[in-house]
Amino acid sequence: MAFIPHMSADVSAMLRTIGVASIDELFDEIPPELAAAELHDVPEPLNEMQIGRLMRERARTDGAPLVFVGAGAYEHHIPAAVWALAARGEFYTSYTPYQAEASQGTLQVIYEFQTMIASLTGLEVANASLYDGASALAEAALMAVRANRRSTSKRLLVPTTVHPHYRGVLETIAAPQGLTFDPLPYAANGGIDAAALARGETADCAAIVLQQPNFFGALEDVDAITDWAHAKGMLVIAVVNPVSLALLKPPGAWGTEGADIVVGEGQPLGVPLASGGPYFGFMATRRSYVRSMPGRIVGRTLDRVGRVGYTLTLQAREQHIRRAKATSNICTNQGLLVTAATIHLSLLGAEGLARTAAACHARTRALIERLCRLPGVGRRFAGPYFHEVVLSFDRPVAPLLERLARAGIVGGYDLSRHYPELGHALLVCATETKTEADLERYQQALAQALQDAPSARRQP
Amino acid sequence: MSPTEPTVFEIGAPGRGATDQWPEATPAEALDDLPAALLRGSRAALPEVGELDAVRHFTRLSQRNFCIDTQFYPLGSCTMKYNPKACHQYAMLPEFLARHPLAPDSSGQGVLACLYELQEILKAATGLAAVSLAPMAGAQGEFAGVSMIRAYHTSRGDHARDELIVSEAAHGTNPATASMCGYTVRELPVAEDGDADLEALRAAVGPRTAGIMLTNPSTLGVFERQIGEIERIVHAAGGLLYYDGANLNAILGRVRPGDMGFDVMHMNLHKTFATPHGGGGPGAGAVAVNARLEPFLPVPLVGRDGSAYRLLDERERPQSIGRLSAFAGNVGVLLRAYVYVRMLGRTGLRAVGEHATLNANYLLARLRAIGYEPAYPERRASHEFLITLRREARELEVTAMDVAKRLLDYGFHAPTTYFPLLVPECLLIEPTETESKATLDAFAEAMARILEEARREPQQLRSAPHSLPVQRLDDVRAAKQLDLTWQAPAAAPAPPSG
Repeated sequence: MAFIPHMSADVSAMLRTIGVASIDELFDEIPPELAAAELHDVPEPLNEMQIGRLMRERARTDGAPLVFVGAGAYEHHIPAAVWALAARGEFYTSYTPYQAEASQGTLQVIYEFQTMIASLTGLEVANASLYDGASALAEAALMAVRANRRSTSKRLLVPTTVHPHYRGVLETIAAPQGLTFDPLPYAANGGIDAAALARGETADCAAIVLQQPNFFGALEDVDAITDWAHAKGMLVIAVVNPVSLALLKPPGAWGTEGADIVVGEGQPLGVPLASGGPYFGFMATRRSYVRSMPGRIVGRTLDRVGRVGYTLTLQAREQHIRRAKATSNICTNQGLLVTAATIHLSLLGAEGLARTAAACHARTRALIERLCRLPGVGRRFAGPYFHEVVLSFDRPVAPLLERLARAGIVGGYDLSRHYPELGHALLVCATETKTEADLERYQQALAQALQDAPSARRQP
Repeated sequence: MSPTEPTVFEIGAPGRGATDQWPEATPAEALDDLPAALLRGSRAALPEVGELDAVRHFTRLSQRNFCIDTQFYPLGSCTMKYNPKACHQYAMLPEFLARHPLAPDSSGQGVLACLYELQEILKAATGLAAVSLAPMAGAQGEFAGVSMIRAYHTSRGDHARDELIVSEAAHGTNPATASMCGYTVRELPVAEDGDADLEALRAAVGPRTAGIMLTNPSTLGVFERQIGEIERIVHAAGGLLYYDGANLNAILGRVRPGDMGFDVMHMNLHKTFATPHGGGGPGAGAVAVNARLEPFLPVPLVGRDGSAYRLLDERERPQSIGRLSAFAGNVGVLLRAYVYVRMLGRTGLRAVGEHATLNANYLLARLRAIGYEPAYPERRASHEFLITLRREARELEVTAMDVAKRLLDYGFHAPTTYFPLLVPECLLIEPTETESKATLDAFAEAMARILEEARREPQQLRSAPHSLPVQRLDDVRAAKQLDLTWQAPAAAPAPPSG
């Protein structure tokens, strides 16, 4: 039987010890009217060879297209050592480190991870992760409302330049506790519209969400907006790409006082794209807000004979202690991905991460230069960007993407659904994994697609 | 093993790095379009180590962990079963790993087929009408489930229901989830025999009842025999029944939550369906619902048109409670669960619940014979059981925590301690079906020796563990003198920023 080691002699001996005649008898407290389950719709078992063949066939079906889409998940080189180490059974099959003495490995990894996230973001403390970047933002919104002592408001300013899926998750998770979200429009440079801030319709909000680079890849004026928000008594929740932080100003240094809570998607740090998960969200904050922070936190301490050791701490915030009054219901987080990210950041270091960030930006810049040479293609926004750009077209994007897909290229993210006002707009990105030959291939495939696909003018 | 392992920041040397893993340097002019005011002033304080430094450091750290691959983990309520290697290998096929979440469905027919079939299998295993794989953990599954209860009542214009009934023995996530969904929690007491107090339930329900959250078998390790009556009481009051799937392993293939009358449930795929715990995640908390809650399922769902699979989002599912993640949830975890459940098949699924229950009842019988006291001696164990050390605590001044810590010295992970809180000095023990009789016998043997030690040299227990890299840690110091990030010694030039 699959993964059940019992020999029939074992079963007989065990039943004798228990004092019953059959396994069925062990279910004698279950009311008889709860008939034995019908499992006709579950297929017959496959052995390992059979399931291996099936999975390989399905993987082949999916193929290996050339990816030029980012929009919150980015293809990066992952050093071989990352998953060779993270997949060790001692990390892969261990439990949440409640038994600290038997979990020093995992606990120390998390302590090292917290240090790295604090350093990258420029804040003082970090937690052991949340599920992903989007749910981390929702937790940050709830935390900001708890932590802001200058405002009792449950309103947040959420610019439309924040990832639309993140805004969706914010609504799903935080709205049931009464939080409301006021959108802020964007301007012609692709950043938050400063004029909308100046109009002052934004009185008494608990916090503003500030994504850098924003969903369009555009760079926001984070210093000015942070100072503006603080002057209004709001907290600043930064949403950042951790790779970008190797080059860009860390949120802890935004404006005069820095952002108050920083969250982001950890996937670019050693986690494969894998159709969307598992990834991990990270969160950092000021030391003074640590007791409002959700999720596991690891602290360094001493054991009873004075040796250094690590343990989960500040557990009085958590659901298994506080129950209905906990900061969140989160318990499991994304430990294995945090392990991978900690190894990834150790191998890259600040220099390797900066090289990755620089290469991503340079590749994207080179791609944009190439694509903008094609007829009817241009940049949608004029402002500065990092590693991701919105292109405008003179015809619908979807047919172009279909043609590119047939050529083995995932050409970008069609913005027409979430931003119809942008017209025919495509979000594209190239990372350090792309060569000049890859950029050339994309350029030629797009040129071909433009020839084949009808332009807007020719449409009836 | 060395008693301490330095942090990764203390090994290596300035300027060192795993340079072969880095991309080539980019000429400075390629970055000249980035405004200087938005750039970082100084490099982040990250480690500077070579590849072998890192490999040794993290390998040594891994060796400071217990894990299923090396130890028996009788952790009640956590279902620490073996995580088959095939599940990992086939979820890590390069094409699956490389696929971008926003790539078109046409380039994901292989992975979507697996997810669609997993939805179908989970429907059959739970006896419910529809499944969403979107939630990324058990607690998020609970959140999704309770949000659907809320959406259901709201859709009927029934706005008075602001209370959720939760057993006093429930996992902490149940009341925490109820609060996150904006509900007031009403705690339901447990009767002497471990079943719910029906009189209290009858008194609690009414026009404010949105529903009840139940685990069955309960966290006390017994099957709630009055489930039929509970179902009638709650439904008659207009409430819905939420099944916390934490203990689904006990009844897998025998009894289905849908047949018990539950309207909505979550499954912990990292428990029942053998995906790894990873030192605290990633999990996956698929939700299943009956027909009346089906419109509210979180997106995305995997749908099928003829032979083509595609992700369904808010456009096709306008009543959905919405999105829970940036993309499609923990797909890699779902693929592992899919491989596992295909290998089990119909017959294997049924064998899971049976052998999990056999193992628990066998271990209970052994421990009872040794002299441990069951918390519910008159009851049949489900897939787990509770013992109480109140007598040892009173007579020998040895606590459940002491026994748990001493087990670590014997090479066994500790059972769940002090949960549920209503049973004093308790250990909640769940062996799972993947452990052999020989392992259970070895564990019983260790428990026998520990009981003997408790009588002869209790200090051995009070100061345990003795054989691990550290002894018991000072939790008060950890919380009072918060040390959450490594700081370079003052003499060093570049402390971590912040």
